[in-house]
Amino acid sequence: MHEMSIADALIRIVETEMANHGLRTVQRITIQHGALSTMVPEALDLAFEAMTRGTALEGAVLEYEKVPLSLRCSKCETTFSPEVRSLHFAPCPSCGEEFAHAVLTGKELNIAHIEGDT
Amino acid sequence: MSKAIPVIRNILDANNRLADQLRNVYAENNLLALNLMSSPGAGKTSLLERTLNDLRDELRMAVIEGDLQTDNDARRVAATGAQAVQINTEGGCHLDSSMILEALKQMDLAALDVLFIENVGNLVCPAEFDLGERAKVTLLSVTEGDDKPEKYPMMFAQSKVLLLNKIDLLPYVDFDLDRATRFARALNPEIVVFPVSCRTGEGLEPWYVWLKEAALAERR
Repeated sequence: MHEMSIADALIRIVETEMANHGLRTVQRITIQHGALSTMVPEALDLAFEAMTRGTALEGAVLEYEKVPLSLRCSKCETTFSPEVRSLHFAPCPSCGEEFAHAVLTGKELNIAHIEGDT
Repeated sequence: MSKAIPVIRNILDANNRLADQLRNVYAENNLLALNLMSSPGAGKTSLLERTLNDLRDELRMAVIEGDLQTDNDARRVAATGAQAVQINTEGGCHLDSSMILEALKQMDLAALDVLFIENVGNLVCPAEFDLGERAKVTLLSVTEGDDKPEKYPMMFAQSKVLLLNKIDLLPYVDFDLDRATRFARALNPEIVVFPVSCRTGEGLEPWYVWLKEAALAERR
């Protein structure tokens, strides 16, 4: 449900970028989201659509690039990407340690780029 | 003409900048700000009622109450004599920094030692929004199941304190305190865990000691 807040912040950033680059319309907005981010793309699509109706952003498509989780082992410092559902309890492939790994990537929630017409 | 523009901006930047403003406001006033989070019914308001009553002579405390619709919790808090400022999110699942900045306008921060921010009951969204707080404090009640840290890792990974509430009900539920603690520590080795009962008062003393020490640390 916090996708409403995310959509609101997203729209403000895109509007600023449109003004900065002289864009009249926007067709595509690419969003990078980490595996640990709790943003749900379908919910963001819905919020974005509802909030942009009748504006210059109406009809713009949100495209998603998922950033995989990568961890650094808390014991032997090996870097790895676990393929398990329980993300924080991933055994290190090198030493087997399961807990308290550092998250290197996977928390992102970024706009990567926007495409539009001048 | 079609144009592709690289942006690379964190979508929650605006909130994070306001959170920095809040951090400055708290620091200028030597104020300990705590962000209380849990699912609905875990006992955030009960914890506040107890804490506000029991420590009223030792700490000057106030509460910002986040709630979807009602002011039920704010009235409970106000009954203790502490100031309570209500924020109705009208369906919103979390508090953000702009709401806190607005609420602070109604408070005399220089007259306070501790500001509690009672977030909207929800184990997911509140953890995504920085409110400039010194610490996130999460409550988990024993009726919810000991696997919650594993299922909602973000909130537990970010919290400095975990209160395991309603331990008076342990004889009636299958909740393993050690298991919950182990899961939470696996995510966050530094997390401080206090098993408590806000109903009987059991276990609250160590939480009060932590709170007083944290408040004192802000004054140095």
